[in-house]
Amino acid sequence: MTKTINHESPQQGVRVRIESDTDLVSARHAGRTLAEQAGFSSSELTLIATAISELARNIIEYANYGEIQLELVHNANTSGIRIVATDSGPGISNIEQAIRGGFSTSGGLGLGLAGVRHIMDHFDLESSSGSGTCVTVTKWKL
Amino acid sequence: MAVPILKQSHYLIATIQSALTDQDFVQLRDALVEKVGRFRSRGVIVDVTALDVLDSFASRTLRDLAYMIRLRGAHTVIVGIQPDVAFAMVQLGITLSDVSTALDLEEGLTFLDNVESTT
Repeated sequence: MTKTINHESPQQGVRVRIESDTDLVSARHAGRTLAEQAGFSSSELTLIATAISELARNIIEYANYGEIQLELVHNANTSGIRIVATDSGPGISNIEQAIRGGFSTSGGLGLGLAGVRHIMDHFDLESSSGSGTCVTVTKWKL
Repeated sequence: MAVPILKQSHYLIATIQSALTDQDFVQLRDALVEKVGRFRSRGVIVDVTALDVLDSFASRTLRDLAYMIRLRGAHTVIVGIQPDVAFAMVQLGITLSDVSTALDLEEGLTFLDNVESTT
């Protein structure tokens, strides 16, 4: 099993390859560590770590493997963390349905994407049947 | 990482020590369901104080664990959910349904004693 956590720039971004449930724990930890640098509160850190867990699990469940990119972002007023979850799995044919609460094709709780969207300030999902999925979310510090 | 399971009189106490993988959660569930029979336990406490994340999979597995233990004739109580974890679960809409919870190990033991005395 190969596991890579490449520190592109130790302060700004981390890339975690997701292919097993142990990578999920690594991704969560990497996200929490990075968000700590941005000065997020402890409850926001837990929210971010939980969101990363849901996004990473979607990759394993639906696409077998993929990648989570984490980076710190800044605007005029504050800083935040951007999480990009990418895979080249089967894709999502009905995006509307996938981000509405209570829907899941993997027998899960069906609140992964809907829950993540709810807690993030920005949520973007690009996917089509057969061409993989890319979920980009951003959480700004209050 | 295997979760140590301690037998204390007719209760089993599983104390999670660090972040668990999905597989670890499933193993914990199966180990407790088996041990409840082997030790003829009346109650199970799962201490999650050390967990900094309870995501949908972990919650679902804890819920399944509690239902399976119930079907085996014993009660389960989850103890030690931290304030930040509770906040994240509520925000994400993750629930433990009607699984019993208590503040900490001490409250969990009291809870099981009360269940015992009323049944």
